[in-house]
Amino acid sequence: MSVTDADPRDVSEKGAASVRFRSVDKAFGPLTVLEDLHLDVEPGERVVVIGPSGSGKTTILRVTMTLEHIDAGTIEIGGQHLYHEPTSSGQLRPASERHMRKVRSNIGMVFQHFNLFPHMSAIENVMLAPVKVHGASRDEAQHKGMELLAKVGLSEHANHTPGQLSGGQKQRVAIARALATSPSVMLFDEVTSALDPELVGDVLNVLRDIAEEGRTTMMLVTHEMGFAREIADRILMFDKGRIVESGPPSQVLDDPQQERTRAFLGAVADH
Amino acid sequence: MAETTTPGSGPTQPATNGPAGPGERAGIDLEIKQQHRWYRRSEVVVPVVLVTLGLSLLAIVPAPTGRFQSQFSPGREVSFGWDYFFHLIPQMLRGLYTTARATVLGFLIAATLGLVMAMLRRSQNRFLSLPVAFVIEFIRSTPILVQMFFAQVLVRAVDWISVNAIVILFVVLGIHYATYASEAYRAGINSVPKGQWEAAIALNLDPVTKWTRIIIPQAIPNVLPTLGNYLVAAFKDAPIGDAILSTAGVLFFANTIRAEDFRPVEPYLLIGVGFLLVSLPAAWLVRRLEERIEYERD
Repeated sequence: MSVTDADPRDVSEKGAASVRFRSVDKAFGPLTVLEDLHLDVEPGERVVVIGPSGSGKTTILRVTMTLEHIDAGTIEIGGQHLYHEPTSSGQLRPASERHMRKVRSNIGMVFQHFNLFPHMSAIENVMLAPVKVHGASRDEAQHKGMELLAKVGLSEHANHTPGQLSGGQKQRVAIARALATSPSVMLFDEVTSALDPELVGDVLNVLRDIAEEGRTTMMLVTHEMGFAREIADRILMFDKGRIVESGPPSQVLDDPQQERTRAFLGAVADH
Repeated sequence: MAETTTPGSGPTQPATNGPAGPGERAGIDLEIKQQHRWYRRSEVVVPVVLVTLGLSLLAIVPAPTGRFQSQFSPGREVSFGWDYFFHLIPQMLRGLYTTARATVLGFLIAATLGLVMAMLRRSQNRFLSLPVAFVIEFIRSTPILVQMFFAQVLVRAVDWISVNAIVILFVVLGIHYATYASEAYRAGINSVPKGQWEAAIALNLDPVTKWTRIIIPQAIPNVLPTLGNYLVAAFKDAPIGDAILSTAGVLFFANTIRAEDFRPVEPYLLIGVGFLLVSLPAAWLVRRLEERIEYERD
């Protein structure tokens, strides 16, 4: 079941994009949540961000999705600036809405609380963006949508609304919805935190499948340390808006170099 | 925990399987059932369409004109007579029709202008949103009675405006209730959870798709019942026009009859019954509408 033995770079030729953070700052009022963040995520790489709550780890994903805008610095997706666009003279200026939308179309995100559209069925949720944003025909979108729902094990639930689904099923629909536009970068924000424990396994299995296919770069925030170890190429320990420690799971989880990481892992293990 | 595959247990179908390999599952070409959203359900659509048609008819067709006059004079010996009471009904209905018509025309203004106000107030541009917010608060916090006097004086003072009293009535009603409607729209839009807006960004939806497919379908169920209540409230405010502008509504009918026949009890009682006949079913309809457009939230 472990996928860590498969090198993601072997299968990254299609689609997966790099993510590059340079000097990124983000504060909410007086509270600094990202401070001078430098981070390179390779195409197809699977990066898991761990750290205490309030450490800014979710904010990394949220600024990458442009749900929050950064205060300073740059973010590039597959070599294209997300918050800036180059002028003719090679300078960077703040991105227009149009430019941001174009770059953002390469990114998909799955939320802790699913955020499915409650007035649409599962398949309609999955089909909406391909039809409305990416110009797919309804037939194409429906075919691909049903494939995706099959992939997450929910073919029979295609016509059910979110209200008729369990938490784990909702989250799998949300994953199918995010995959429907074939994003190059996928962001997973504590996707199992809101689920009953017995429903977590199905969602993690879907994430493993996505990781195995390796067509997309994955950035995950999670508290499932076992899963993080299994899926991650690299683990980032985050605290107070900074990366405290970074490395393969065997190093960060088993042989942490930083006192802060040891303390955090100790606290998590106590649970 | 991460190593085990727990079979999902849905509330509707307990036999859910874990994720399967790509393309292994049957049913890929399953037919899509249209969801029974509130605006597609016949038990919601039919009454809404019927009520709208009825109201439109009311808005288009004016009441027959002519002064209110009783055909027989009530005796002096009693202070209440059923014969006289029943005799007045047709004329009362004529007045009621005029009142209802002014209400509907006013409410058309309120429903559309209210949406525009709500949008302007949401605007990022402070030069738009602040003045609009001020106007809304100003109108909401002054009585419609005063506004009606003000409008009358304004219209009479300006030479180049020459309008029917009924027009002043429904325009004032419309603007007054537009400010209330705008708050209802605003509350409806704000009631759409933050996660829905974020999902719209994450799926990179364009603004038109975001508003027409995500926000408005979820906001309207919260707005419609409130608008319905305001319609009933506006109907009850409409007689102010009779008192101030002498529009030929129910109150004007009662006042006229009292002045002619010196009999206040029957006409005023009668218009009370008239209001009840309209307001009660309307309030009941609004309540039913409210119940029917409830749907499961995520």
